[in-house]
Amino acid sequence: MARNKEAVVLLLDVGPSMHSVLSEVESVCSMLVQKKLIFGKSDEVGVVLLGTDDTCNELQKEVGGYEHIVVLRNISVVDGNAVDFLQNLPRGNFRGDFIDAIVVGIDLLIKKFGPTNKGKQRICLMTDARYPIKAPYEGTKEDQVNTISQMMQTHGIRLDCIVIREKLPEADLRVMEENDNLLDQFSRKAIAKIVHVDSSTSLLGALKTRNISPVTVFRGDLELSSTMKIKVWVYKKTSEEKFPTLKKYSDKAPSSDKFATYEVKVDYEYKSMEDPDKVVPPEQRIRGYRYGPQVVPISSAEWEAVKFKPEKGVKLLGFTDASNILRHYYMKDVYIFVPEPGNKKAIVAVSAIARAMKDMNKSAILRCVWRQGQGNVVIGVLRPNISSVDNIPDSFYFNVLPFVEDVREFQFPSFSSFPSSWQPNEQQQEAADNLVKMLDLAPSSKEVLQPDYTPNPVLERFYHFLELKSKQPDADVPPLDGSLKRITEPNPAVFSHHKSVIDNFCKNFELKENPKKKKSSKRAWRGKPSTFSEKEEGVDGEASDIQSSNLMKDSSNINVEKIGNLNPVQDFEAMMARRDSSKWVSKAIKDMQNHVSDLLENSYDGDAYSKAIECLVALRKGCILEQEPKEFNRYLLGLYEKWKDTDLANFFELLSSKSLTLISQKEASDSNVTEEEAKNFPVKTELKF
Amino acid sequence: MDLDPEGLFRDDSDSESEFYREKDSTKEFVVYLVDASPKMFGAARSDEDEKPETHFHAAINCISQSLMAQIIGRSYDEVAVCFFNTKEKKNLQDLNGVYVFNVMDRECLDRPTARLIKELSYVEDRFMSNIGSRYGIVSGSRENSLYNALWVAQALLRKGSAKSVSKRILLFTNEDDPFGSITGATKTDMIRMTLQRAKDTQDLGISIELLPLSWPDEEFNVSIFYAELLGLEGDDISQFLPSAGEILEDMTDQLRKRMFKKRKVKTIRFSIANDICIEVNTYALIRPTSPGQIMWLDSVTNLPLKTERSFICADTGALVQEPHTYFHPYKNEIIKFSMDELSKIKNISDGQLHLLGFKPLDCLKDYHNLRPSTFIFPTDEEIVGSTRIFIALHRSMLRFQRFALAFYGSLYHPQLVALVAQDEITSSSGQVEPPGMHMIYLPYSDDIRHVEELHMAVDANAPRATDDQIKKASALSRRIDLKDFSVCQFANPALQRHYGILQALALGEDEMPEIKDETLPDEEGLSR
Repeated sequence: MARNKEAVVLLLDVGPSMHSVLSEVESVCSMLVQKKLIFGKSDEVGVVLLGTDDTCNELQKEVGGYEHIVVLRNISVVDGNAVDFLQNLPRGNFRGDFIDAIVVGIDLLIKKFGPTNKGKQRICLMTDARYPIKAPYEGTKEDQVNTISQMMQTHGIRLDCIVIREKLPEADLRVMEENDNLLDQFSRKAIAKIVHVDSSTSLLGALKTRNISPVTVFRGDLELSSTMKIKVWVYKKTSEEKFPTLKKYSDKAPSSDKFATYEVKVDYEYKSMEDPDKVVPPEQRIRGYRYGPQVVPISSAEWEAVKFKPEKGVKLLGFTDASNILRHYYMKDVYIFVPEPGNKKAIVAVSAIARAMKDMNKSAILRCVWRQGQGNVVIGVLRPNISSVDNIPDSFYFNVLPFVEDVREFQFPSFSSFPSSWQPNEQQQEAADNLVKMLDLAPSSKEVLQPDYTPNPVLERFYHFLELKSKQPDADVPPLDGSLKRITEPNPAVFSHHKSVIDNFCKNFELKENPKKKKSSKRAWRGKPSTFSEKEEGVDGEASDIQSSNLMKDSSNINVEKIGNLNPVQDFEAMMARRDSSKWVSKAIKDMQNHVSDLLENSYDGDAYSKAIECLVALRKGCILEQEPKEFNRYLLGLYEKWKDTDLANFFELLSSKSLTLISQKEASDSNVTEEEAKNFPVKTELKF
Repeated sequence: MDLDPEGLFRDDSDSESEFYREKDSTKEFVVYLVDASPKMFGAARSDEDEKPETHFHAAINCISQSLMAQIIGRSYDEVAVCFFNTKEKKNLQDLNGVYVFNVMDRECLDRPTARLIKELSYVEDRFMSNIGSRYGIVSGSRENSLYNALWVAQALLRKGSAKSVSKRILLFTNEDDPFGSITGATKTDMIRMTLQRAKDTQDLGISIELLPLSWPDEEFNVSIFYAELLGLEGDDISQFLPSAGEILEDMTDQLRKRMFKKRKVKTIRFSIANDICIEVNTYALIRPTSPGQIMWLDSVTNLPLKTERSFICADTGALVQEPHTYFHPYKNEIIKFSMDELSKIKNISDGQLHLLGFKPLDCLKDYHNLRPSTFIFPTDEEIVGSTRIFIALHRSMLRFQRFALAFYGSLYHPQLVALVAQDEITSSSGQVEPPGMHMIYLPYSDDIRHVEELHMAVDANAPRATDDQIKKASALSRRIDLKDFSVCQFANPALQRHYGILQALALGEDEMPEIKDETLPDEEGLSR
């Protein structure tokens, strides 16, 4: 059995208020299981749902209570079924009690492992914690949490809790505060981590989907001087999770071979230049090092004898003002220096220095040789990391700084040396000021797209596709999920919220393509990026062949791959007309649906209605032409279901007034909507598809 | 004259594409043209104790450093070193007053070798006896050493196509009035000839760059003669020399920086809002320099070996073609992917930089880093107006202490990035930080590890330092304060050692050089 085998119980709230994010919950949980199928094949996973219509758990049978909690899957070794379960979570109609669910989760773990497997058991709760939990039979809710925490500690169970709350229209703040306090109490009384996220994108990044056993880079002294030393352990704080390395495939194995690996091995042979048929054996090979055009042969033994061999150790060179070290000089991923665990002296010493550095706004410069025998030294910057959590010690972050040889001191012209035609005027500067001020991704400390909660869209897509292919080997690469697009593209909600600021910015600046690309002057060492002077610009201004300003994407003759905000209808039509692959029609429909939904979601007092209607008309027409009436009907009904009880309801009145309705059988034979039903939309919507 | 066959058939309509190809050129041919007149050997700084520093010495120093960097960094560039205003002459054209410096086993314009660097660094010692210094333009003679020098330099740069190679002449001189000693029609004539020569050279795609050395009390006046030779006009002239070299070291520093040719990584589009999309160039200002690739040699002949790769089916042992299908084991199955599918998965954006919004600088944490940053600077080459927008945003971001969050949709490695505006910083030795934005590659949640939580105390607070202890730590930090610390003040001892050894071996020297490790702390200083 693997040493690092882990058991996780997922406690997933599927109650009504969670429905809007459940598809992300499904994604992130299946990702967790998928990665276990690859990196932790003997890990075990259980799934418990709360807020379900039914009740099915042992505690309910044994002692009663624990309602609306369903054990969907008992703790067992991960398999493909677990992914299927998680990708098709039922939607519940009840408010689940998350404390009950935690107890059910603990019960599952205790029954399965008893006193064994301590420290390798984890409960992962995903809920919005919006509704009050039941009062216990005796004592207070706080007492109950203390008892549960005690139990978790005894059995070495860890709690990871993700509280997801998007927009909260009619939430009870008092209840949420109480719930948050209860959850925080866990983090003080047991090994627990509570994370709050406020968007589906962050939800995808909030759960660690892969366990990586931490390895120290260095354990030993941080030498402040030859006499003053602090015991520290150094780990990686960030390290890029790379795209998986795939193996080369060979189809040569006979189908009867059950143990076939299908792998392709790569073999290297070293051949003499003079005699291309002669293979030179390894012992006759010697390393050559380039020095300019020369190649200097040196054997490994010789090289070992002369090469640079610094002593292992981490030494302080001194402190310097933090402003002396600009952020862009950080060369690598980040290390963290933690005081030796359990060593109180070290913990206090690190704390004192870190806090002094923070107070004085200083950084420290270190010289590090992590291992004996390492062939180089590292110069880097140490930064204080003051812990915000009471039971976590203070620590340092460390990053590598460049040596002289690593820096290219290119000279660039001062902005002030540019001609006045390149300088923004007062009005333009104001427009830019407003843009930078208003397009704020961290308003009142509600920061969006924090790296800590932002998933890697490429990896998300890869694992998603991997699962898809395991079921459907000929599946197409799916388009990027909407929540992931919030990472790769500006959020239309944010941009339309600040439409006036953006429009003002766009209005103030003019861009045009340079029709005559000038030969650059290479005469002056100042090396201007081009010789475009004011005078020349004037001449160009009169020329008639100037390309359209603002460089609008011309959707007529290029292959449109997505629907932009500027000409959605045009883009949609262009995409529908693409014949290079069948996927474009479905993508166009999907994109257009997303576009309309975005428009509506971000509409203020109906300001986007006319645009949305234009798009719906185009979508409807396209769906009739391409014989995809169901796509349109399902979408329109979905829209109606989603928004009928909100202030967007008047949008549907507008629809009927424009006779924009479902596609009937008469218009497209694939439709199962009668002309009558279409006419009555949205009044009679009890249609089944 | 361009002997490149492609060039012979070039017509004017090609010039545009030529320019765009040029920006991709990675190889560079440089002729260092160094004035060796007696004026260059005059004391630029009269220090009683030390031997006088000369402008000639400063120039040689710069060139040596640059060659050294070149041999470590990108050693496919070719260089030639050429002196003018010399007594001796050595050049193919047999022109007076011009001496092309070279060492054995090397063409005049070739990659720098260990020997070239070594002998160049000693060239001053026997310069007077071997090469000699003499004013080349004097009244009563029709000799024009500057004209000759340009001619020789241009001839050296004949090799290689101007399309694929960037060719430069770097002219070091402290004489702002080379024809000052002559008068009348001869002077006019000689000036005209020299300017024509320079123009012809430039027309061949060779750039001429001036690295002027000035006296502390007498600034190099570029407008007397060189402005015309270089083609500077109006504002260019006044901006040509931002600061007169008060201190020779600063001047050396300035020259050294100017000798670099900026190499951009690529030009990318930066989409800001709606359809406002500007263009920026990206530059790799900071990248780790590694000791270079090794190659395998035959230890008998010391000749390089050819590496051959073959693919073998692990199941049958059969030799196969390089496969285009890959697989990943999953759920006890083999999931196959074509190359096309793999590139589609990675292709989640369009190669552009997309602005997502702005955040206060303190949202950029110390642990938000993965790789060295990339510098971006605007260009109006294709989209006129880019620079103006860039400057406006740059200014606003500095004013409000904000960085831009953007998605860099590179096809190869799409990533979330922070764009941090950097204001220009200058010192007496010139520009220290260029104005622009630094693109910092941000980690995703998958890349961040919560190591500190490993050693979390349960139901107990972690010990913290008391105010008194913090005070003591502050006192300590004041004692060992590095006031003048600047990033990259250290040479990499491993790299220096590596190249020191290679240089010694390349020159056939027995003694291995001692390389001082500057990174070791000053133990004595600290104990005080």
